[in-house]
Amino acid sequence: MSTDVSDAVELTGSSVAPYSPDNPAPVIEPPRARTKRTPRSSRTNFELYGWLFMRLSGVVLVVLVIGHLLIQLVLDGGVQKVGFAFVAGRWSSPFWQFWDLAMLWLAMLHGGNGLRTVINDYAEQANTRVWLKTLLFTAVAFTIALGSLVIFTFDPNIR
Amino acid sequence: MPAGTLYRGREGMWSWVAHRVTGVLIFFFLFVHVLDTALVRVSPEDYDKVVHTYKTPIVSLLEYGLVAAILFHALNGLRIIAVDYWTQGPRYQKQMLWTVVGLWILLMLGAIYPVLGHAARVLWGN
Repeated sequence: MSTDVSDAVELTGSSVAPYSPDNPAPVIEPPRARTKRTPRSSRTNFELYGWLFMRLSGVVLVVLVIGHLLIQLVLDGGVQKVGFAFVAGRWSSPFWQFWDLAMLWLAMLHGGNGLRTVINDYAEQANTRVWLKTLLFTAVAFTIALGSLVIFTFDPNIR
Repeated sequence: MPAGTLYRGREGMWSWVAHRVTGVLIFFFLFVHVLDTALVRVSPEDYDKVVHTYKTPIVSLLEYGLVAAILFHALNGLRIIAVDYWTQGPRYQKQMLWTVVGLWILLMLGAIYPVLGHAARVLWGN
């Protein structure tokens, strides 16, 4: 195959139009740059805040969850002591109510955002992604609402 | 089969895989755990009946697995934060992973008696 020399791109030793401040090279658009055609919905810093939230909530969750594991599974007879009476005793204190509420919200949002990342990584079709994320959002919202309701309306004298 | 065409990964890739797998497992447990705890709003008897299953030997073993997943995810999560924010983090990510694995083994050894002790007594007497 013969090559037309005049069409070949010269990479070195070019005598024709060397790029300079007066003759700048054409700008190559970075693949993820935000342009006028980028949808408005993606012009936020949502992913940045999501990334930051994973780190902040992660640090807090390490304390909350490891404390929870120590209380429920290690101290004072381990899981054998857990029952309605044990829950009633703990939730008679606003401190433990707040502990469990914070753990519920942070863990569900942290896990929900993690699963959102997993869905975005592995679900290749746009439709599949939408449906899986709708299901995920519903499950997270339902679980947070149910758990919060249970903590706020807990009645030790239910019977 | 030509040699060297399969990417087998290194510490960074496998810790990423383990972080993802443990994270998904913990999320699904959390979902079930909120549902079982919600039974305290139904009746003390129903709650105690379900929690009773958590005290059987097989579920104790599952709990040990849950503790393993949570401890790895927690320790490796702190390592990820160190890689992101500590200027020397990326340089020492492998050493930090082996520190995570070492701490994880120590904590898992420490968890054997509290988490599995009762199951052992049920199965083999005291």
